[in-house]
Amino acid sequence: MWDFILERAGYWAIIGLMMIGLFIAFSSENLIKRLVGLSLFMTTICLFYVTLSKVTGGTAPILLKEDMPYGGAGYTAAAPDAQLVAAGGERFAELVHTYSNPLPHVLMLTAIVVGVATLSVGLALIVRIREAYGSIEADELRAIDIETAIAQEAEAEKDQHEAAA
Amino acid sequence: MTPEFLIAAALVLPLIIAAGIAALGKFPNLREGVTIVGSFALLAVVVQLTMMVSAGQRPELFIGEAVPGLAFAFRLEPLGALFAVVASGLWIVNSFYSIGYMRGNRERNQTRFYICFALAICGAMGVAMSGNLFTLFVFYEVLTLSTYPLVAHKGDAAAQRGARIYLLTLLGTSIGFFLTAVMWTWALAGQNLDFVDGGLLAGAAISPVVASALLLLFVFGLGKAALMPFHFWLPNAMVAPTPVSALLHAVAVVKAGVFAVMKISVYIFGVDLMNATPSADFLIIVACVTIVLASLIAMTKDNLKARLAYSTIAQLAYVTLGALLATEAGLMGGSLQIAAHAAGKITLFMCAGAIYVATGLTNVSDMKGLGRKMPIVFIAFFVASLSIIGIPPLAGAWPKYELMQGAVDGSLDWVLAVLVISSLLNIAYLLPIPILALMPLPGTKPPKEFKRPGGAPALTVAAPAFTAALCVLLFFMITPISNFLAPAFEAPGTLIEADLP
Amino acid sequence: MILESLLVSAPDWAIDHAPVLIPVVPLIMAAMLALSPSGRLSWILSMVATAASFYFALLTLGTVQSTPGGIIEYWIGNWDVIGIEFRVDALNAMILLLVTGMGFLASIFAWTTIAAEVQKQKISLFLSAFLLCFAGLCGVTATGDAFNLFVFLEISSLSTYALVAMGASRDRRALTSAFDYLIMGTLGASFYIIGVGFLYAATGTLNMNELATQLPALSGNRSVQVGFAFIIVGLGLKAAMWPLHQWLPNAYAYSPSFVTMFLAATATKVALYAMIRWLFTIFNPDFAFEQAIFTFILAPLGIAAMVICSFQAVFQTDVRRMLAYSSVAQVGYIILGISIATTAGVAAGLLHLFNHALMKGALFMAIAGICINYKGTTIRDFAGLGRSAPFTMAAFAIAGLSLIGVPLTAGFISKLQLGYALFDHGWWWAVLLVVFSSFLAVLYVGRILQSIFFMPPANPRKTRKEAPLMLLVPLWILALANIYFGIDANFPAGLARDGAIAALGLEAFP
Repeated sequence: MWDFILERAGYWAIIGLMMIGLFIAFSSENLIKRLVGLSLFMTTICLFYVTLSKVTGGTAPILLKEDMPYGGAGYTAAAPDAQLVAAGGERFAELVHTYSNPLPHVLMLTAIVVGVATLSVGLALIVRIREAYGSIEADELRAIDIETAIAQEAEAEKDQHEAAA
Repeated sequence: MTPEFLIAAALVLPLIIAAGIAALGKFPNLREGVTIVGSFALLAVVVQLTMMVSAGQRPELFIGEAVPGLAFAFRLEPLGALFAVVASGLWIVNSFYSIGYMRGNRERNQTRFYICFALAICGAMGVAMSGNLFTLFVFYEVLTLSTYPLVAHKGDAAAQRGARIYLLTLLGTSIGFFLTAVMWTWALAGQNLDFVDGGLLAGAAISPVVASALLLLFVFGLGKAALMPFHFWLPNAMVAPTPVSALLHAVAVVKAGVFAVMKISVYIFGVDLMNATPSADFLIIVACVTIVLASLIAMTKDNLKARLAYSTIAQLAYVTLGALLATEAGLMGGSLQIAAHAAGKITLFMCAGAIYVATGLTNVSDMKGLGRKMPIVFIAFFVASLSIIGIPPLAGAWPKYELMQGAVDGSLDWVLAVLVISSLLNIAYLLPIPILALMPLPGTKPPKEFKRPGGAPALTVAAPAFTAALCVLLFFMITPISNFLAPAFEAPGTLIEADLP
Repeated sequence: MILESLLVSAPDWAIDHAPVLIPVVPLIMAAMLALSPSGRLSWILSMVATAASFYFALLTLGTVQSTPGGIIEYWIGNWDVIGIEFRVDALNAMILLLVTGMGFLASIFAWTTIAAEVQKQKISLFLSAFLLCFAGLCGVTATGDAFNLFVFLEISSLSTYALVAMGASRDRRALTSAFDYLIMGTLGASFYIIGVGFLYAATGTLNMNELATQLPALSGNRSVQVGFAFIIVGLGLKAAMWPLHQWLPNAYAYSPSFVTMFLAATATKVALYAMIRWLFTIFNPDFAFEQAIFTFILAPLGIAAMVICSFQAVFQTDVRRMLAYSSVAQVGYIILGISIATTAGVAAGLLHLFNHALMKGALFMAIAGICINYKGTTIRDFAGLGRSAPFTMAAFAIAGLSLIGVPLTAGFISKLQLGYALFDHGWWWAVLLVVFSSFLAVLYVGRILQSIFFMPPANPRKTRKEAPLMLLVPLWILALANIYFGIDANFPAGLARDGAIAALGLEAFP
């Protein structure tokens, strides 16, 4: 039982952090905190992918001469691509020194960029919301919106009465 | 003139007329001229097609497929030809009447009025000549949508409310029940929707439960047939000007509904399947209840148009009854009723309109003694009432006789009693009107003076007189008409092999 | 015939690289627009970009239809097998045509409506964001790589958040709507990427075709099942599948009219395409857990969307909100069609997808035309517009009737096909619900039409002020398309059928 938990310690941490991030994103009233939660969630995804790429006993993803199938300078085009593809994740290639898969790291670079972009758009929105509403607490914003809606309704009623008169 | 050209002409002519009316909207006399000339042209086309049908041909036109399996196809057979002749012929009469009424009453938006009329006739032609359920459904909806502006013509709050109920009821029943039935038929008949002599579903092995449900969906889905409890759009549509009521209740809309019921029972279900469907018995009861209940309600109504509306609901149920009885005599009776009731009811409505234009009166109780001032109108009313009641030598006698025969053939003798009671009720709510108008009891107050100097416009008096004469004429034309219709109701196997598009 | 002549006359490089040029040209143009001065030049450049994408989409469709096997495989940078692939078959070709077509029509009328609703100095940035969104959507549709889909999805989503927020000059609630949309949209995309991660862990590949060949052997693998669940939830959120639709009504109601029109016609459609791709091509309906998903999750959610959101639409007072709820209901129809999981069902769903883009595009374009001249978008504000802006409102009425499903309009054909597919499958009870929600559509569209044509204007000084010609032309193109495809629906129905066959992996063009 303990083995089961400890073997997957990384995944437990990921799940825990994801849920914390999700909870913050849903339950916070402060908009910046919601963004922080979202950011935490997205960062945890990076953690997830990177964890996937780690191979037990693996090293940095650099091909050494011994790993090259035909040795010597460069490798010919006849080298099966399947080796490169299969040398990731849980699959083991016939390489002397196994290495961790670099592909998920690369994917997560992209995801980090996406996350940064999202964060910046979100923060820009928060700045504008602060300018327009004067507050960045979601419950206050809702209250202001309801007031505006009621005022608009009242104005529309007034216009209608004036037009009918 | 090839059959295809004639069918296409029958559909396109009303559209050309509508365009002509729109173009000439600023010149009232020219505009009305377009309607009159166009409607005569349409009748000529339809009569030619009818002669082809009576010679045994089945003119067909295949336009194209919307998607593979859904075709716009037309095929004319005796039932459809009858409806087309009734619709196009009475359009002429109604057009003359409309000219008199709309001008006499100084109604607004006359151009829109005539355009929508033309579009509605196009819809009626499409329904009459449809060759499959898809085409029928499309033109059925065209009819609903084109008559909506006519019902809302007056534009005031009551008219809008009536029009809204009209639209929602008809669209609701057609989208809710009729469309479902169409889709189901498609699935049951192996992706086919054509009208087939002998019945499309006759060959498919359908369980009685499925057939029952399908029949219920069809009959209640055709809201234009005004079967209870989906009848209430009719009295609510009385807010429309009288030419519209005459059109709705005699020519296009309601006849399209009951015609569709007949066509579906003959060409989709087929006589044998109808007789094997349990819910047909239930629906016969519903039809009989409609007949009696609507007649009773009609007796309580003082507003003349409302009384005529409920009378229409009752008379339409005759056609539905005929379709459900599914015996040769019953089907014949139902079909004859389409023509006879059209002639009779249009007369009654046109008389009501003439009275309204001349005096502004709408209630029956105010019309006592009015016959002295408007003799022609009330004599026409009297003749048409006799036709509705079913007394020879007027047109309504034959359908009633055939329906009684059909009820006996189907071993439903109690239906006979219902038909007799209905005639008695018809007498009760129709006859007092012309009789008390023409020969008022001593001591009744004289009626009001004419609102419009000179009384009713000449056209609004001539038109009902003409259709009243038609009621008499149709009685004597029974033989050619029933010979014309007979091929449609013969048992399958004795018919000419029809080519499906 | 048009396609053949285009193929014959096109230069070789255009045909070879068409799939990738569809997103790349607007992408580059977006960068250029961000640097260019505001004004008509930026609008013309955006029109050029979308027109180019539309042209390349036509070439792609033609190539797909004339290639044996019906699939274009385009490896970016010629990195066969290990690189990123753009893979176009009959399914994406149809969606590409739709998205680029709607984008092109949108960019034609863009100037008229943007000039009225966005500050002058921000116009070129606005159009740049629009092109980014457009490029992102095209990229999602064309790509054959799972992670690449996420990247393009986020490109389009981020620009959408910014575009929605631009409505703040009219109503500041656009800002909060954009923020909520940001949170929910990012969560959706993140769920998608988690799902892809699970699949990558199990198979070692991100290429959709590779996944499709490797997954059947792994159907019992729990990582695969969890990945599937995450992907469907993530894409469902982007597609506004009920109950993940909460972002849509606010986003559509408060964003600038141009943005609403473009989003309503394209954004959810692309996400639905992605769902179809994952459900049918990559994951096979034969998977046991997938059958259960279709019957117990997708179909009920589709029906719930149809019925509940149609009900909600009836009670709205703002026209754009009402149409937004209607959009969610229509997405429910499409999902119901997809959940039937047969060729007929998926074809019906795709046909409705196509027609719905036409309908909603026309409806929101007409509303954009009204917003230029008149204030307010509540039903009361629309009263009497039938007389004041007859051409605009006539097109609106046509599209509204198509939404109801009146015969002779496109909406009728797709509803009929959906009903047939349901009956064939034996789900007659679903037909009753489809018909019921169509009746609800009569109610809410009827309310708007009644206000437009039969009520006197609230402000009696309304004179006749029609929308500008630049808006009327694409509007009427869409309205007439609704009627044309209601009478002769062979073209979209053919595309839908080919797309369904391609999605299900059967031979489309042997």
